[in-house]
Amino acid sequence: MSIDTAPSASATALDATSGAATRRDILRRLLMTLGPILVALVIAGCILLAVGVDPLAYYGYVLEKGLFSPLGIQQTLTRMAPLLFLAAGLIVAFRAGMWNLGGDGQFLLGAVTAAASAPVLVEIMPAWLALFCSFLIAMVVAVVWSLVPALLRAYQGVNEIITTLMMTFLGTSLANVLVKLAFRDPGTTVPQTRTLPVEDRLPRLFETTITSGLLLGLAAIIIVHLVMTRTAFGLKLRIVGANPRAAVHSGLGVPGLTVAVFAISAGLAGLAGAVDIIGVQGNVRADWNPAYGLAVIPAVFLARMNGFAAIGFVFLLSVLSIGGESAARRLDVPNHFTLVLVSIVLIVLALAEYFDHRFNQSRKA
Amino acid sequence: MTGLFSEVFLSALLFGAVTAAIPLLLAGLGEQISEKAGVLNIGIEGMMLAGAYLGFVGAFYSGSLWLGFLTGAAGGAAVALVMALLCVRIGLNQIVIGIALTLGLEGLTALLHHFQFSRSYPRLPAADATVIPLLSDIPVIGPAFFKHHLIAYLAVALVFGMGYLYRRTQLGLNLQAAGDKPAALDVAGIDVIRTRTIAVLATGTLAGLGGAYLANVGAGLFIPFITNGAGFLGIVLAMLARGRPVWVLFGALLFGVCLSLTTAMQVAGINIPTDVIQMLPFLAVMIMLVLFGRRASLPAALGIPYERGAR
Repeated sequence: MSIDTAPSASATALDATSGAATRRDILRRLLMTLGPILVALVIAGCILLAVGVDPLAYYGYVLEKGLFSPLGIQQTLTRMAPLLFLAAGLIVAFRAGMWNLGGDGQFLLGAVTAAASAPVLVEIMPAWLALFCSFLIAMVVAVVWSLVPALLRAYQGVNEIITTLMMTFLGTSLANVLVKLAFRDPGTTVPQTRTLPVEDRLPRLFETTITSGLLLGLAAIIIVHLVMTRTAFGLKLRIVGANPRAAVHSGLGVPGLTVAVFAISAGLAGLAGAVDIIGVQGNVRADWNPAYGLAVIPAVFLARMNGFAAIGFVFLLSVLSIGGESAARRLDVPNHFTLVLVSIVLIVLALAEYFDHRFNQSRKA
Repeated sequence: MTGLFSEVFLSALLFGAVTAAIPLLLAGLGEQISEKAGVLNIGIEGMMLAGAYLGFVGAFYSGSLWLGFLTGAAGGAAVALVMALLCVRIGLNQIVIGIALTLGLEGLTALLHHFQFSRSYPRLPAADATVIPLLSDIPVIGPAFFKHHLIAYLAVALVFGMGYLYRRTQLGLNLQAAGDKPAALDVAGIDVIRTRTIAVLATGTLAGLGGAYLANVGAGLFIPFITNGAGFLGIVLAMLARGRPVWVLFGALLFGVCLSLTTAMQVAGINIPTDVIQMLPFLAVMIMLVLFGRRASLPAALGIPYERGAR
């Protein structure tokens, strides 16, 4: 367990840019992350006991499959790739004060267009160029998809929570329509897109099954973090997020920045879809919707929109989901228990942060 | 194709539309209360699921639909209580907790369903309708609108009740103030936390009732993820309605027609993926927003926890 939280703990310390991150501070951070997770595991364990499943056996499988077995950890790291892209996109949007809740629609459309274009493109151009083009297409499609909410918010002031939620419903359906009607593989009976041959997918890292998409995801989230915290552009976005009116008065082109934020956020969500398809799945089946966005949104908040902390939370989510899937199979618990576990972890972490904050304040006072 | 426009078919289509609209209406009205009071209640999907599951369990074991509605509403309210404690009392992030509750209830109800019902998939007998005399004899419209369970009429009546509440009562004004300028409400001597707690609990009760209607009347059974985004649709409806209950009703009916059309198309064997029809209401609303999109009139303090004396 100590491995999985180390990145987030050291990273949050890194974020205290003052450089006053002492050893004690790191230790406290570690405790504040590990403690709540343990509490959450105990609470979730009680639910398991109540339905007659041995919690220790369950957690044993989760740890073994999600973290400690070679194959399991490789799956976990592979699962992180799309989640990292999604988290990166959400960090940009949330820091700029825009509630892009349409990540799932953008993700699916990116995934479907990447799945449709990659198998065609690899036949007419070198594989690396084909994959690059598919990534580009997925990104452009997702960006275009986000233009409507972006323009409505930028120039009409229409609340983006409604528009992005609606666009995500629309996008999910449209992705299905595309799979069933436009991009359907004629060679199969189940509606799905043509499968990208394994050898044409994103290369795997070294001798493992980990997709190199992981590196792309890590790069994306770190670049986003640095852009948001270290560049003038990032500062502008954060000003828009902190106080849009003040941003107007300080001469920032808020409408233009709004559109830019949506474009970046959606583009990264589209890339998340592409990296999942081109790196891992190979095709999109009809009605496929992993709904990653719903789990990543609270994780990004808990990470306080800090890129490094988000990497830690994404890792935790991946361990829980990969380990949970396997534990569910072996103990005949429905896989849905993972949702319960993730939910309890999120709530207890949020509570812990609150009490930590309160404790610090009362100490200062 | 002639069968598509026959009287029977049309009234069945409209009947289905109303049946599908009632849970959306209850969810939308519920969400509206929270949003008025300044709480963005993203956990409403979870509240509906709790209502659907407990509503079904209550009705199944007691044999009484009314008891089922009661347990469903209580289930929604119980989830709302957690939300109120975490987000209103101690001011945790509403989006984090809302999504966490939705995920948790999705998992929990699916889990309980697996251990309880996954072998038998029990069904409830069809809900007995309250037939309104005279009106129900009108061709097409009669059977479509006036042969529903009593709860459906109550839900529609609630639209006007809520309108009255918001315009004419102290509580309604308090709710509005809690969302627009909580500090002013506090200065006026009214407890903001209490007002918002009432709002969130009311949301949970209505959402739970909507979920119970969906499971007990609409489907007659509980399956995992039965709400299938109805709660999120409720959020969309509440936001589009800009604080006016009547618009929630219109919106719910629009979405209800499209949902019902999806089933009808399948029955009629028309070869369009149902996804196309599912897109229609969203397309309609997006086009409306593009054409007439004006500044959303959302409460100023929406999503911001109230802390006395802050700043």
